[in-house]
Amino acid sequence: MWSVIHKMGSPPWFYRFAGVFLRWCLPLALAGLLVGALWGLFIAPPDFRQGNSYRIIFIHVPAAVVALAGYYLMAFAGLVSLVWKIKMADTAMRAVAPVGGALTFIALATGAIWGKPTWGAWWVWDARVTSMLILLFLYLGVIALFEAYENKAVAARACAVLALVGTVNIPIIYKSVDWWYSLHQPASIKFTGESAIDSSMLYPLLLNIGAFYLTFACVVVLNMRAALMNIHRQSAWLTQELTHP
Amino acid sequence: MHPKRQQRLIIALVIVLLSSATVGLVAYALRGNINLFYPPSEVVAGKAPLGRNIRVGGMVVDGSIKRSTTDLTTTFIVTDYAAEVTITYTGILPDLFAEGEGVVAAGVLDTAGILVASEVLAKHDENYMPPEVAAALEGKQPRTGTAKIYRNGEV
Repeated sequence: MWSVIHKMGSPPWFYRFAGVFLRWCLPLALAGLLVGALWGLFIAPPDFRQGNSYRIIFIHVPAAVVALAGYYLMAFAGLVSLVWKIKMADTAMRAVAPVGGALTFIALATGAIWGKPTWGAWWVWDARVTSMLILLFLYLGVIALFEAYENKAVAARACAVLALVGTVNIPIIYKSVDWWYSLHQPASIKFTGESAIDSSMLYPLLLNIGAFYLTFACVVVLNMRAALMNIHRQSAWLTQELTHP
Repeated sequence: MHPKRQQRLIIALVIVLLSSATVGLVAYALRGNINLFYPPSEVVAGKAPLGRNIRVGGMVVDGSIKRSTTDLTTTFIVTDYAAEVTITYTGILPDLFAEGEGVVAAGVLDTAGILVASEVLAKHDENYMPPEVAAALEGKQPRTGTAKIYRNGEV
């Protein structure tokens, strides 16, 4: 396990890994998004209460799920950066922040669009909506904090601490609908027992969640590779990789 | 593990634990305020303030919706199956508002215990299914050929 971590920390190894990973996973991710969108929009049946407006679930839920999982990835990268001082972990942490922030924004925006016809309001200061807004500010905070320091080693340490402190928000978002009276409905997908969502809607939803995860991974790897190329733009190995791929 | 790394790991974990404990205690102290609405039983028990803007949430009781014939005023009863609160609202209701469905109404309690709502939000549940499945669950799935009779209102 340690050898894998050490390999991941080596820029030339990661550069080559990124090339192979993207060659296979990027087309798969885009195909998943396309099939998921078509399945969700045209094949899945309308809902018995909400009609067609529920179809926004196929974007809203995957975006929110991956935004939460992405935060754990960013915080874990922050922990590795803080404890082991691996530069690649800083790069990973910085690569996740804008992607996670964008997904959080998508979840909030689609939630508002969905909220208007179903709840009757664009925005409600419901526990889950509010904690999701805090998640957006945490992602934006990590981006802003990194840019605020001239010394990038200090910046990475400050960002890692902020990311770690923010992890407390993730279980709050996840459990908010069970802990407090809120306007959000409880979870429809259950890991144990029967889901409250019909299987004709559950399968496209799961496909979309998978496609969002894969797209997230691809964009993060693309971001990391771009950051590496910027950092090592004068290194001999990069010149060699680019001239003799 | 290198002692210096071990020390940094412990510091990082302590930061996470302490910040989680802080937020946990704050959330515990504010637990009443984070709730979006009062259930009817708390309103009936007098836990909700009078004359101040509050929210009440519950299920709309079957057959309790009374619409005014002259304006947009609607009166209905919400329940949490322990107590009931009457709500009156003038305005356009959300599409999902119906008997037997969840609502959250914001407004002021008057001295008679009636909530004069300024906003009514629909709270939908976690169930999603196609209309045919819903009809089958209700046990009133129209057989092919009988749909016309239903539509004419004669069974």
